[in-house]
Amino acid sequence: MQLSVQGIVRRFGPVAALGGVDLDVAEGEFLTILGPSGSGKTTLLKTIAGFEIPDEGTVLVGGEDVTLAPPRRRDVGMVFQNYALFPHMTVAQNIAFPLEMRRRPREEITRRVEEALRLVELQAFGQRLPRQLSGGQQQRVALARAVVFGPRLLLLDEPFGALDRKLRESLQLEVRRLQRNLRLTTIFITHDQEEALIMSDRIAVMDKGRIEQVGFPGDLYARPATRFVADFLGESNLLEGTAKGGGAELPGFGRVPLPSTQPDGPVTLLLRPEALRLGEEVEALPCRARGTVIDTVFLGLSAKLRLRLEGGPVVLARIPLRPSAPPPPAEGDSVTVGFSAEDVHVVPRT
Amino acid sequence: MSSPGHNREVIARRRERGLLLLAVPALLLLGAIFAWPVLRLLSMSVEGGTLAHFEKAALDGLYVSVLLDSMKIALMVMGICLVLAYPVALWLSRAGRVGLALGMFALLLPFWTSVLVRTYAWLVLLGRNGVINRTLRDWGWIEAPLPLLHNTAGVLIGMVHVLLPYMVLPIYASLLRIDPDLPRAAEGLGAPAWRSFLRITLPLSLPGVSAGCALVFVLSLGFFITPALLGGGHVVMVSMLIEQQVREFLDWPFAAALSTLLLLATLAIYALIGRLTRGARLATQ
Repeated sequence: MQLSVQGIVRRFGPVAALGGVDLDVAEGEFLTILGPSGSGKTTLLKTIAGFEIPDEGTVLVGGEDVTLAPPRRRDVGMVFQNYALFPHMTVAQNIAFPLEMRRRPREEITRRVEEALRLVELQAFGQRLPRQLSGGQQQRVALARAVVFGPRLLLLDEPFGALDRKLRESLQLEVRRLQRNLRLTTIFITHDQEEALIMSDRIAVMDKGRIEQVGFPGDLYARPATRFVADFLGESNLLEGTAKGGGAELPGFGRVPLPSTQPDGPVTLLLRPEALRLGEEVEALPCRARGTVIDTVFLGLSAKLRLRLEGGPVVLARIPLRPSAPPPPAEGDSVTVGFSAEDVHVVPRT
Repeated sequence: MSSPGHNREVIARRRERGLLLLAVPALLLLGAIFAWPVLRLLSMSVEGGTLAHFEKAALDGLYVSVLLDSMKIALMVMGICLVLAYPVALWLSRAGRVGLALGMFALLLPFWTSVLVRTYAWLVLLGRNGVINRTLRDWGWIEAPLPLLHNTAGVLIGMVHVLLPYMVLPIYASLLRIDPDLPRAAEGLGAPAWRSFLRITLPLSLPGVSAGCALVFVLSLGFFITPALLGGGHVVMVSMLIEQQVREFLDWPFAAALSTLLLLATLAIYALIGRLTRGARLATQ
C-alpha cells in the first residue's frame, strides 16, 4: 500500500470531524474521496498532508509512519483549492520552489522545471506571474509544482471547483492522463459525484466523518452499501417495502421477487431512474405500475419524468430519447411503468 | 458606442463622483485650515521674489548639518522600529482571539495618553537619578549612572516608543492579507518554517513594511516635542530650528524656507521608499 490510513480520529471540541477512518490506496491508484461539504473529507486530506495531527490513528506513506511528521518531510505534492500559487514568483520560480527546498543542483532544477512546464503544456509561460494566467492555466501550474519533485503521493483538494464546466472537463481528462503517465498515487477530493465517476479508479464515499463505502465506481453505483451512498451517488428511487418469503410487497408495484437469502422484514430497494421503462416494452416486464406524470424535463439525450404511482409513491424515471421517437409523455398523461427484477438492488440496513 | 467595458467605466466613474461628494466637507475643512496656511507659509520663503533665504539655509553649514542629523535620527528610529515591530506584527497576525485583543490593547494604549505626558514620563525614567539608573545602581550592575537623557540615546528611546505602533499596524495589516494557504503550501513543498518565512511571508509583507517605514520616517523627520525634551538641547532636529526662527528671531521667511526644505526632503524620501518597494507591491496586488 502506498497510503494506509488507520483508525484516524480528529475532534474539534465536542465534534468529531473524523470518527475512525480506515483507507488503503495502492501504488499508482487514483482514489477519490467523495462527500458533501462538512463530511470531513478536507480534514482527512489535511491529515494525510500533515497540516492536521490526528487525535488517534496512524498515517503510513510508502509503509513509513508519518503520523507526526511535519508536512515537509512527507514528500507529498498537494494542489490547493485556490491553487496557493506564490503571487510574487514567476511560474518557473513557483515550479522550481520544491526543488530548491530539496537543494537540487541548478542545472537539474532548470531541466526539471522545463519538463514540468512541457508536461502541462505551458512552455511559453515560464516567465509570467500567476495573476497573468487564466484560472485553468494557474491550475496546471499548481499541478506542475505538486509533481515536479516526484512526490510519493499527489493530493488534489477540489481543484476544479472554481472553473467553468467545459474547462473543468478538459482538465479532468488532462489530470487523469498525467496521473496515469506518471503512475502517481493520487487522492482526489470532490463533492461532485459526476467528477468522481469520470476520474477515479476507486471512490471512497464519506459522510459525517466516516467512510461509508469504498469501491469501484460501477459497483458503488449499482450496489451501494448504505442508504446514504445510494442517495448521494446518482439519482435514485429508494422504495420502502416488506420482504416475505423471497419477495417484497412494494406499494404501487405489487410483489417484487428478491434473492432467496433476503430475510423477512422491512427492506429498502434501490431502483435507478434509468431502470424504469415506459411504453410498449413494459408489458413484458414482471413488475408494473400505473401512474400520472407530474412533470417532464428535457435533457437532450434523455428526458426525466416525475411520476405519481397509483398507490402512493413518487418515482423518478429517465427515458432515452431518439430523434425519430415520439415525444416523451407530458404533464398529466397517464402511463404504465415497469422494471425487471434484476435491476433492483437491496440496500443493506445499518 | 457602448461596449461593456465602456459602460462599466461610466458606472465606475459615476460611483466615484458620488463618493467624492461625500468627502467634500472634509476636503473643505482641510483646505481651509491646513492646505491654505501651509501654502501661505511656503510662499513666504520666496517673498519679494528672492531666493536669499534658501541661499542662507544652503550655504550656512549649520542648517545643512542639522537637516542631515535629523535624517540620520529619523533613519535610526525607522530602523529600530522596523526591527522591533516586525516580530510583534507577526505574532499579532497569528495570535488567537485573546492574544490579539491583549496585543492590540497594549499597542494602542499609548495613543490614549498625550505625547507630552509620555515624554515627561521618560524624563522621570531616564534621568541621572531616574528610575532606571537608580535601580541598576541598587542592584550593583553599574557604578556611574548611564547617560540616557539629553543625548541621542534618549531621543531614540522616546521617539521609538511613540512611533512603534505606526510601524506595527501596516505590517500587521499586510501580513493578514497573505493567504494562509501560501506558507502552508510552501511547507508542504518541503520548506522549513524559516525558509517559508524568508521566501513567502517576508516578501509578501513588503508593502506593509514600506508603508510603515515611510510613515515612521516622515513622522520622525518633523518630530518636535520628544527630541526637544529628551534631547535637552544637545540633539537638534530641523523642527526645533524652525521653531527657534519663528519664536525667538521672528524670522518667518527663513522659517518658511527651512520648512520648504523639510517638506522637499520628506517628499523625496517618501518617493524613494515607494520606488524601492514598487516591485513588491506590484507582485502582491
